[in-house]
Amino acid sequence: MSEYLFVAGLETHVELQTKSKIFCSCSTAFGAEPNTHCCPVCTGEPGSLPVINREVLIYAIKAGLATNCKIASVTKMDRKNYVYPDLPKAYQISQFEEPVAVGGYIELDSGKRIRINHIHMEEDAGKLVHENGYTYVDYNRGGVPLIEIVSEPDIASVEEAREYVEKLQLIMRHIGVSDCKMQEGSMRCDVNISVNRKGEPLGTRAEIKNMNSLSFMEKALAYEYRRQCELLDNGERVVQETRRYNEATQTTESMRNKEDAQDYRYFPEPDILSIGIGKDFIEKIKRSLPELPDALRKRFASYGLSDIEIKRLVEYKKIADFYSEAAALSDPKIAANLILGEIFRGMQTEEEKERFDLMFGVKAFAELVTLRAENKINAGIQKKVLQKMLECGGSPKDYLSAEDLAGVDSGAVDRLCAEAVAANERAVKDYLGGKEQALKALLGYVMKATRGKADAAQVEARLKELICK
Amino acid sequence: MPGKIAEYSELLRSGKISSTELTKAYLDEISASNPKYNAFVSVDPDRALKAAAKADKAIKNGEGGLLTGIPYGVKDNIAEKGVVTDCCSKILENYRPTYNAAVIEKLNAGYAVPLGKNNMDEFAMGSSTETSVYGAALNPVNTSFVPGGSSGGGAAAVRAGMATFALGSDTGGSIRQPAAFTGIVGLKPTYGAVSRYGLIAYGSSLDQIGPMTTSVEDAAVVFDAISGSDKRDMTSSPLSSPVSDKLTGDVKKMRIGYPKEYFEGIDPEVKSIVESAFSFYEKAGATIKEVSVPALKSALPAYYIIACAEASSNLGRYDGIRYGIRASDYDDVNDMIMKTRSMGFGKEVKRRIMLGTYVLSAGYFDAYYKQALRVRESVSEAMRDLFASVDALLTPVAPTTAFPLNYTSENMIETYMSDFCTVPVNIAGLPAVSLPAGTAKSGLPVGMQIIGAKFREDVILNAALAYEADHPVKTDMGVRI
Repeated sequence: MSEYLFVAGLETHVELQTKSKIFCSCSTAFGAEPNTHCCPVCTGEPGSLPVINREVLIYAIKAGLATNCKIASVTKMDRKNYVYPDLPKAYQISQFEEPVAVGGYIELDSGKRIRINHIHMEEDAGKLVHENGYTYVDYNRGGVPLIEIVSEPDIASVEEAREYVEKLQLIMRHIGVSDCKMQEGSMRCDVNISVNRKGEPLGTRAEIKNMNSLSFMEKALAYEYRRQCELLDNGERVVQETRRYNEATQTTESMRNKEDAQDYRYFPEPDILSIGIGKDFIEKIKRSLPELPDALRKRFASYGLSDIEIKRLVEYKKIADFYSEAAALSDPKIAANLILGEIFRGMQTEEEKERFDLMFGVKAFAELVTLRAENKINAGIQKKVLQKMLECGGSPKDYLSAEDLAGVDSGAVDRLCAEAVAANERAVKDYLGGKEQALKALLGYVMKATRGKADAAQVEARLKELICK
Repeated sequence: MPGKIAEYSELLRSGKISSTELTKAYLDEISASNPKYNAFVSVDPDRALKAAAKADKAIKNGEGGLLTGIPYGVKDNIAEKGVVTDCCSKILENYRPTYNAAVIEKLNAGYAVPLGKNNMDEFAMGSSTETSVYGAALNPVNTSFVPGGSSGGGAAAVRAGMATFALGSDTGGSIRQPAAFTGIVGLKPTYGAVSRYGLIAYGSSLDQIGPMTTSVEDAAVVFDAISGSDKRDMTSSPLSSPVSDKLTGDVKKMRIGYPKEYFEGIDPEVKSIVESAFSFYEKAGATIKEVSVPALKSALPAYYIIACAEASSNLGRYDGIRYGIRASDYDDVNDMIMKTRSMGFGKEVKRRIMLGTYVLSAGYFDAYYKQALRVRESVSEAMRDLFASVDALLTPVAPTTAFPLNYTSENMIETYMSDFCTVPVNIAGLPAVSLPAGTAKSGLPVGMQIIGAKFREDVILNAALAYEADHPVKTDMGVRI
């Protein structure tokens, strides 16, 4: 079985988080009462006309630039005709011939590039609700803007598929065009998968739909790969068809075969004129893009952070932004430790990390990091102050008394250390005699005198210095 | 008293009559004449009189404009909030739009008085108004003949003095041909000059709303009131400008083209009447130039392919789910949609949906739809080139005078063919006006068409005005007050 190559291409739908819909000014907010975010355009009322939302175009261009695509100088909309009750016009306005972005790629950690054929803009459909034996239609989601990111069949394993999707998610979140939540449907993947022996032409592909999480996608692809290999091993053929993943049986099952495939009768959308995209416009959008995840990773690595630390800092846009700024203002290493340690401890859920709601600003945080970096406070105090800031906001100065800071004043430490050495002759002698433990008594003296505010490592070093002089 | 809008407006402004009185006179005329002509499919006297009362108040306050207090008819495919707008189709039975079309908003803002909905061919597909679910409208000139279509109801209403003007729509000649058949003036504006927001689509890249009036001057007044760009219609254009103040009736030095292809296959009597118009223009100081548009012959099939392709998509939304009728017995949702459409659409509409679906299908798309787009481009280009050397083209509107009743259903192909003079204008997005050229021996009106370059409504209306001044139409148009 393993002699078959895994060949997959992904079509990823990403819901754009613009405030209003793609062809009218209705809200895109999720979770409203059914059919309240609707107008004649959303419900396809006769005579209504679509007007393209400029914001959607900008978001689509951002997505294209962030995935290394070329942006079209002219793009146009097409109609994709099919009949379904959640599609009020009986056609979806999409792009077929001249998509907004073409020819990009996503680079995997291995350095392998998954090429992107194109990215196109389109409208989402409404939603059917089944209740009490009736079916209702909610058109709130109708007209919510989507982009579809279509990859080339460059994905050679389940792991690559996952990494590709994760990278896309991360990029889209960082450039602020989508939250890409598969469970909530703001990101959906269809996968075209086929198998073939090395050196032979590509096999017949099956398209798998209905995968609403990464783990389902992995399971579906693993299953489908196995299924196709077994078919070929048994001398059977793979049929070109659309399959769906069944969560209960953890298998894929046929939805419709090629003969039943819809003829969408694409043709140019006559209600929307071609859209010219000027070079200056593209440049302006390019300049507005934030540092992308790959670049952030490189920069964070230069601070000496570990891969796992980097991954956790880059995963959420707000955290990455916060850290970036903190690292620029203070010690990157200490800043990372505090975020990943103390701050993360209070954020158990993904939502909390995504929101990254802090009572204090990055400047206050950087002050705290700097106090520690300059050894003006010790780790214990830093922790206490950070806790206070997490609970009540403010800045370190609000929680540090003169005494706190005095206690760690290096002059004071020197004085106390000298006192300790002078008052504990025996311990000094023991230490000089080779009893390392004896130093603890001296250290304890200083720490007690500073009520634990002195930096233990600093004190220890000073003591040794005095004793060995 | 036959009257122009400006004359009525003057009577209203001077207080000689009120809009309420004028509206009542038109409503009375509708009561008396509509049973004969079936020009209106619905009339709402209460709404009309309320609008008239508002207009009277506006006039008292010195507000409004030329159309304030003027009663008019609306084609049944233009959305009016809360008013049944069913495109004369069973499938949209009782459909009441939740919004006003852009043109209706404009007319409302100017205190014009809407009388009701005018009869039309179902979804504007037809040349006789006979495909209407409400039955045919009849030609007020002679009721054995149709008033043309698809805006036949509006033409009949204006001709019979049941409305000062009517709003029609023109996808392949639906304003101009009925105007010619009934002896009135019909203006098909440049594509993009008038917002299509609220016009129930037939062929979106061809449809355009325009005025049907008793005079050229009125056509200009109504055009000025409804034209202008609209941010709700991306195909509307900021390039159009008002024309009323540019009309002089002076055609000296105007270059008028005689496109010979337009005169082939035309009834001899119609041909000679239209051709005689050239002598008038020559005498009036214009120069006549024979020109050729070889691509013209292929414009007709290209038109039917494009219009039907767009229609097949535009009419997909009539599924019985959100508005209109719904079949009562069905197995599942697909069955419901199928049965609803089967019973809701008439024969001609089904024919065009099937034709359009076919030409867009995989395997046929390139041979039909793509090819039609290429023809469209070459016709547009030929027309663009022509208007470098002429200011206007003068042509027939239709090869014959009005069809007798029941002719079109028996002579489908001939009826389609009869659109060949009007469709190139839609294909190329040009403005054209249809106006009375003369009268055939049968007593039926003969129309002529003046075509202009994009956004040159002023040029064609000027030419029309000159002819009209010299050839006054003797009719009883206008209501007796």
